Amino acid sequence: MEKQENKEGIKGWLNPGRYGIERFAYWLMRLTGIGLLVYFIAHIYETSTILNGKAAWEKMLDLTQTTEGHIILAIVIGMCVFHTANGIRLMLGHGGIGVGKPGRPDYPYTPRSINMKNKLCIYASIGLAALAMMYGLGVMFGE
Amino acid sequence: MSTTQISEEESQTIVSSPKSIILRISRSNPQTGTAKSFMEFKVPYEKWTTVLDAILEVKKHFDHSVGVRYSCRQATCGSCGMIINGKPRLACFTKIVELNSDVVTVEPMNNFPVIRDLAVNFDRMFSTHKKLKPYIVRDDSEITSKTKEFLQTPEEVEKYIQFSSCIKCGLCNSACPTMATDSSFIGPQALAQAYRYIADSRDKGKNERLKIIDEPHGIWRCHFAGSCSMVCPKGVDPAMGIQLLRGYLLGFRR
Repeated sequence: MEKQENKEGIKGWLNPGRYGIERFAYWLMRLTGIGLLVYFIAHIYETSTILNGKAAWEKMLDLTQTTEGHIILAIVIGMCVFHTANGIRLMLGHGGIGVGKPGRPDYPYTPRSINMKNKLCIYASIGLAALAMMYGLGVMFGE
Repeated sequence: MSTTQISEEESQTIVSSPKSIILRISRSNPQTGTAKSFMEFKVPYEKWTTVLDAILEVKKHFDHSVGVRYSCRQATCGSCGMIINGKPRLACFTKIVELNSDVVTVEPMNNFPVIRDLAVNFDRMFSTHKKLKPYIVRDDSEITSKTKEFLQTPEEVEKYIQFSSCIKCGLCNSACPTMATDSSFIGPQALAQAYRYIADSRDKGKNERLKIIDEPHGIWRCHFAGSCSMVCPKGVDPAMGIQLLRGYLLGFRR
């Protein structure tokens, strides 16, 4: 069916740079959403080990205290911050806030919804995620 | 793969400079089961040569069987949309010099069934467009009205005039990442047109249209990637229309 309709499929989400930073933010939002869902499931599994007793719980906790565990947690922090900050931008945008006012377009027809406010919010979301990751890494490896 | 070249005498383009590009044309025919492949042609160009001109040079001199749809050659009919170097564009509105590339690859638009080569089927887009009642809905008409016309202030016109420039070329639907995976999604073209009529002060069909778009494969599947607005050749900005339209459903607008 997909081939018949010539649909891009999931690969349409890849190569996000084709359409500017907004498409890149869309791709990151999807990726971080999936990442957080995976973390959420893993987190439920992690905390459920307490049902097997103190020894099993501490063994699981030790896993998170490794270098790999710290790196994974830092990535989770980054995903969480980006998803939240960009999510706020999107929620406001979905209500028509910050997407510009309609009016007669002039050549070369620069779209008003793809404006500097939105771009700055995306860059700020990425920046905040990077800062949060660095802070998290500092705390975890600084112990 | 060999590249075919036009002789100077045969070329429609007046050759005042030795500039030429390699034009890669996607060839496929789903009806006969011919899989997608690319044919390469060396085509001379000038600063005014459009991608459509180059394709027509190929049709004239090398292979008249290349399937391409076009009509007005001035970005008005919306027929010649295709993927040019990876992005949906109108072939008649894209000059070769703008692409800054020695190789120009043309493919059929994504998210539309291919008829043959570069021509795609617009049936679904047109039927979705029609479903959203792309006309003024009201019980009375200008003829029965006292003033014989529905007056609007310039401010009221500004609210929708941008969205009435849509030429139904399908570039927005081709660029949309939701359309890439969801066959039932209404699409940015039809949603922007729904806003165009809802924002029109003469229209009374707001509730009917909102009911049509307020469904699982409707407006809620738009995630504001903005790609539709990036590729629109007429400045319609469907992404803005969709977000403003969603404002009606969320209670931000009346």
